[in-house]
This record gives sequence, structure tokens and C-alpha cells, in this order.
Amino acid sequence: MKTLARRKFWNGFMTGLCALGLVAAVAPLASLLWLVISRGISSLNWDFFTQLPTPVSEPGGGVANAIGGTLYIVGIACVLGVPIGVGAGVFLAERGDGKAGEAIRFMAEVLSGVPSIVVGIVAYGLVVLPMRRFSALAGGVGLAVLMIPPLARSTEELVRLVPRTLREASLALGVPEWRTSLRVVIRTALPGILTAILLGVARAAGETAPLLFTSLNNQFWNWRADRPTASLTVQIFNYAVSPFEEWHRQAWGAALVLLLLVGTLSAAARFLARSRVGARR
Amino acid sequence: MNNGSKKIEVQKLNAWFGATHALRDVSLSVEQNSVLAVIGPSGCGKTTFVRCINRMHELSPSARQSGRILVDGQDLHARGVDPVDLRRRVGMVFQRANPFPTMSIYDNVAAGLILNGIGGKHRDLVEKSLRQAALWDEVKDRLPQSPLSLSGGQQQRLCIARALTIGPEVLLMDEPASALDPIATAKIEELIRELQESLTIVIVTHNMQQAARVSDWTAFFYLGELVEHGKTEQIFSNPREPRTEDYVTGKFG
Amino acid sequence: MPEEAPRARVNLPDRAWALGQGVLGGGVLVVGALILLELWRVAAPALQKVGLWHFITGTTWDPVRDLYGALPFIYGTVVTSVLGLLIALPVSLGLALFLTEMSPPRFRTAISFPISLLAGIPSVVYGLWGLFVLVPILRHKVEPFLSATLGFLPFFRGAEIGLGYLAAGVILAIMILPTITSISIEVLMTVPGPLREAALALGATRWEAIRIAVLPHARAGILGATILGLGRALGETMAVTMVIGNSLNISLSLFAPGYSLPAIIANEFAEASGVLHTGALAALGLILFIVTLLLNILARLLVRMSRRGPARVTA
Repeated sequence: MKTLARRKFWNGFMTGLCALGLVAAVAPLASLLWLVISRGISSLNWDFFTQLPTPVSEPGGGVANAIGGTLYIVGIACVLGVPIGVGAGVFLAERGDGKAGEAIRFMAEVLSGVPSIVVGIVAYGLVVLPMRRFSALAGGVGLAVLMIPPLARSTEELVRLVPRTLREASLALGVPEWRTSLRVVIRTALPGILTAILLGVARAAGETAPLLFTSLNNQFWNWRADRPTASLTVQIFNYAVSPFEEWHRQAWGAALVLLLLVGTLSAAARFLARSRVGARR
Repeated sequence: MNNGSKKIEVQKLNAWFGATHALRDVSLSVEQNSVLAVIGPSGCGKTTFVRCINRMHELSPSARQSGRILVDGQDLHARGVDPVDLRRRVGMVFQRANPFPTMSIYDNVAAGLILNGIGGKHRDLVEKSLRQAALWDEVKDRLPQSPLSLSGGQQQRLCIARALTIGPEVLLMDEPASALDPIATAKIEELIRELQESLTIVIVTHNMQQAARVSDWTAFFYLGELVEHGKTEQIFSNPREPRTEDYVTGKFG
Repeated sequence: MPEEAPRARVNLPDRAWALGQGVLGGGVLVVGALILLELWRVAAPALQKVGLWHFITGTTWDPVRDLYGALPFIYGTVVTSVLGLLIALPVSLGLALFLTEMSPPRFRTAISFPISLLAGIPSVVYGLWGLFVLVPILRHKVEPFLSATLGFLPFFRGAEIGLGYLAAGVILAIMILPTITSISIEVLMTVPGPLREAALALGATRWEAIRIAVLPHARAGILGATILGLGRALGETMAVTMVIGNSLNISLSLFAPGYSLPAIIANEFAEASGVLHTGALAALGLILFIVTLLLNILARLLVRMSRRGPARVTA
């Protein structure tokens, strides 16, 4: 039998150790945020948001095309991924109790863990190989594949949260099933689904690996879906691993812009989620 | 008021949920412009019974049924009868008020039209339904507001108004006052008496005083069987079946 | 004999709606099938030429001579992931215990926000931070210290350059920490209150209650969280690519630069020359895919099991 003093010592010691975990977790986060902000802010100016990148020897320049490119590629991903993700989620919620639903649910769950670089290879095989060129479309396909599984899972949960009685109320009014689904059930779950979409967009905007050999990069503006396109993340990578001091500065600046973009999207999603709770009382 | 013609006829109705036999050989009829109260202890099949009349029962994945239900002499399950059309003729009010939270009070009343994509001005219809549901005076100044701002009793009357807008001939009410306080309940009961002039009503209730107050006819269900069906005065004053007597005198249930 | 209820005569739009839903739902299955199919299609030429066994055990990677051996990448991936896990597991378990068992609930909600923030930071930003902040710290402070104190072990010898297995392991630890922590918290919250109250009522200290009552109950779930974290670490690309040193190398020393499966794909795929080179890189992706897939299935089963009840897996 251990003495009381020893037991108390162990209790205090382990509590302290666990509290240390908190410090170990928060310290890198604080350091990272502080450095991105402090180093990034010095690169930010009007040109940074409006100009194209400049060659190494010329100072200045911006990442305007990369910001536009990220939005463009993510936009393509939304057009492709959101209908499938949301549709699959609605299917799982409304008719997903059978074997097919079970299989789809399992697949969505398992696909959520596929490394994004692997998805890049898939997009390469699907789009780049047949088209014989790197393109914004290929990047969009890759990001869409990443968006679909989590979106399907959260849509299912949100649609299942809609009370059965609302569905029955609509059917009892002589409203056909498809209108009931769309205009009552999905409509009621819509704020939540929008939140899930925004979170998916935020995640997609921060992805690099699936874009490296799909949308590649571009020093200029491009709005054609079948041409290589710049993106913030790939630009950060290229700048960071370059040997040039000036480009490192640009990398920190672009990282700050990316964090602001992702942060704004996540904050908007949170805000939407909160206002939904408010409306439901 | 009571012209005696049969609005609903149920013949040898059986219903199942999976292996559970919820209704056994139920046969009865409901006269036009009368109120039928369906009473019985929990789990006796009364809710299943009304849900068969507007074909909501068959929406449950494991549901089956046999027998015939006729409305105005027409078999509900005859070929060519669309359940969607049927439900516009046979409206339903649920146990708990279930207004659409994403719509305004006005839109809720017009929901049967809006959701079916029927455009145009519904203003007059909405007012008429709300007046019929005795809710107009209370909500006429707040039609664009959320229905969730209304009290429980007001929400339930809103749901009745919603059901009335599409102009049903029959109104099914599944314990419409079970979640309400006495004053709100009294209003709903008063309403049932008024609606009877234009509709045929089937109301499920576990409250025997309520059945005695609002109905012309009463059907007593027990364990899925229709034990007794007759004039309300007779059921409550002089039941033929001992089980009915035990139930209405409060010996069980 | 009950006759089948004449099924609702479903009208045309309703049928179209059901069909449309089914098609979109099936889309998820198609996506899953496409991933496997495309990976195989791109990888097949290289795998057929080299042979799976030679591919996995080969140590030479020379696209110019069409020699493809994956061992340095597999080794680097395993070493960095395991290292990351070894660092992250105690930290996140301690953090999860601290937040669920030792601090007021208000504190937990306050802290869970920065943790979820950590999970939302793009990996290329972690890489940037790792390259310009973490690597110099390792080079000038940590690695000299380790080689001075633990230098008798083969893991802590060699040139102190910062870039290498150690840097990749540390950055992976930081990145998988939110995953393991949040799932552990979720699992710990399912431990029934009466269980720990019973232990406390018997006069156990808080730590003893955790050790006796809480941890055994949560064991399977925490194991699941760990495997899920491992899956994330194996597939993490950008941050590792930026700090691992990108050197075809198999070394016991954690200070040495190395390579990982995702890193070689990220570096070479865009400029891959010819079907064989591309195929070999896709084959690396295929290995990665299958391994993470299996880990994911295992982890989900474990987490699901622990939600249902006490640990039955770990004897």
C-alpha cells in the first residue's frame, strides 16, 4: 500500500504533466500565427493584391493571379462536388437505411481519410492524361473528390435532424415527395448545409498537394478551365523552397492572405451555424 | 346538418408494422358532416387507423395493410388514385403542432398552395382559413412573423388553418389537443364544432370527456380491434360491451 | 394471408427525384471506385515492369536509368510518422485528460476553439513555418543538445543540419495533435460519470480514478484515435516535403535528411518523364492509398466499438 503522501504526489505530478500538454499544444500555434502575421504583414500592400508576380531580380509584384486562381479552382470544385456531396447526403438521410445506403455511408467515411496527394494522382489520370495538359479543371476535379465525402456525411446528419413531423405535415397537405424533400426538408436543413459547404470550401482553398500536378501554376492571369492556373498554396510552396530572400518574403505574405481567406470562410461558417441555432429557438 | 350519407366506409381493414398486427378486421362508416371520436388506450391502433384514411400509413417502410377504405364510395387503393390527390381531400392535423419553421405565419397557412407551386394571390384564402380556425384576430397584424413566435395553442390552430386552405372534405385530427393547456384545448374543441358544418371530422383522443363533448359518434379500439362503435351518448351512458364500460368508467387505460 | 398494400402509385416527378438522389448517392461509390481504378491504370505499367516485390524492396530510385525502388520512401514515411505519433500521443492524451477530467467545462469549450483552429491551418503554411522557424531551432538548439546528451544512441548522431527525419516527425506531431486530441476528448466524454465517481467515492485520488476507471474504458477509442492520426501522418504531403530534406537515403540517424512517399510524388510527378516514371510514382500513391484505407477502416471500427462500450480489443 502506497502512502497517502506518495499518492498525492503522483496525482499532482500527473495533473501537472497533463497541463503541460496544453502548453505543448498551444505554443506552436501561437508561434505560427504570430510569425505569419508579423512577417506577412510587411509584404502586404496594394500591389500584392493587384499585380502579377515578378521575376527574381525585380522587386515588388504580387499574387493577384494566385488569389484569383484559388477562387477559380475552388469554384470549379464546388460546381462539381457540392451537388454530388449534398445529393448523396440527402439520399443517405431519406433512403439510406438499406444495403446501398450502408455501402455509400461506409465509402464516404473511409474516403474522408484518403491522402490528398493520392487524389491528385487520380485527378491527373482522369483529366490531365486525356486532355494532355495541366488545367484548372483537373485541379477542380481533385478538390471536388476531397470535398464530397465529408459533405455527404454532414448533409446526412443535418437532414436527419429535421423533425419527421415537418415532412409528414407537408405530405398530409398533398405535396408530392420531391417537393416535400426540396422545399420543406432540405429547406429546413439549408443553413446547416451551407455551413458544411463553407467549411469544405475553406478546406479546399488550403489544399496544395492535389494541385501540384493538376492545375500546376501560372505566372499570368488565366480564366480558361483547360489551362494551367496559379493558386495561392502552390505559389507559397514554390516561393518557400526557392533560394531567394525576396521570394521568402512573398511566401509569408501569401501565407497571411491564405490564412485570412480560410479564416474568413470558417468564421462565416461558424456565424451561419450560430444564427441557425438562434432561429430554431 | 347531418344528411346521413356515408362519407367514409372502412371494410375489414387490417394493418401491420413489420410483424406487429396493428389493426384487426376493422369495419365502420362515418357520416357526412359528423364528428367521429376514436378512443382507446395507448397502442390500441387509433393513430394507425386515421393514418390509413389518408394513406400516410403506407409511408412507413415496414407498413402493410389489407381491406378496403372508401371515400365517397371510391376505393382509396383503386388504380389511378394518387395518394397526393387524396391527401388534398383528406387533411390531417397532428398531435404536436408542426408549423414550418422556415416560413412566415402567412406562408404556413398558404403552404399547401405554395409548396405545390400554385402561384397567385392567396390573401383571401389565407384570411378565410385563419378566420375558420379562429386565429385571424390574434395574428392578422403579425402575418410576416415566424410561427415559432406563437403559443402552442395558436400554433396548433395555425396548423388547422393550414390544413383548411387546400379545401379538404375530411379532416383527420390525431390527438390535436394533447399537448395544450385547458384554455387552448377548449378553443380547439369549439373549433371542431364549427368546422363540422363544412367538413367530416375524425378525431383521435385519449381524453374521454373530450370525446363526449365534441363527437356525434364514438369508436372504441382495444388491442387493434374495434370493440364498439355507436352514438356517443350511447357509448358513454349505455355501452354494450363490458370492455367499453370498463374503459369509459376509468377502470383501465 | 395479408395482401401487400398496393404500393403508393408514385408519380413521375417523385420517381425522377428518387432516381436522381440514387444517382448522386451512387456518385460516392463511383468516386471510390474511380480512385482505385485510376491509380491502378496509371501505376500498372511500372508495377508490371518492375514487379511488386522488387518495387517495395528496391533501394535505388533513378528515373534516368528506369530503376524504381521504393524502400527509402517507405522507410522515411514510417520513421517520420511513428516519430510524430510518439511525440503527439502523450501530449494530446495529456491535453485531452486535462480538458475532460481536470478542468472546468467552460475551459474545455474555450480551448477547443484554438485546437480546431490548429486543424484548419493549411499544411503548406505549417511547412513554411517548419522550414523557417522549426528547422533553425532544431539545427542550432535541439540537435546539438540531443547529440551531447543522447549521442551514444545511433539515432542522435551525424551532421546537425535541421532538415531531416526529426524535423518531419516534429511537424507531423504538431499537425496530428488536433485529430488525436479531439477524438480522445470525444471518447473520454462517453465514459459514464458514475464510473469515476465510484472510484473517487472509494477514496481514490483524481489520477487514480483516471487510471483505474477512465482509461481502461476509453482504451479502444484512444487506440482508434491514434490509428486515425497515424493515417493522417502517413499521407501528409506539403509540410513533410518542405522539411524532410528530400534525400534518397536510409539512415538510422534522425538528424539525417530523407524522403517520404508523398514527398517524392509531390516533387517529381509534374516533371515525370515517361509512362514508367509516372507509373512508379502512381504506384507509390497506390501503396499509400491502400495502407491509409486499411488504417482508416480499422480506426473507425475501434472508435465505433468504444462508443458502444468498454474496451474489448486490448486484452
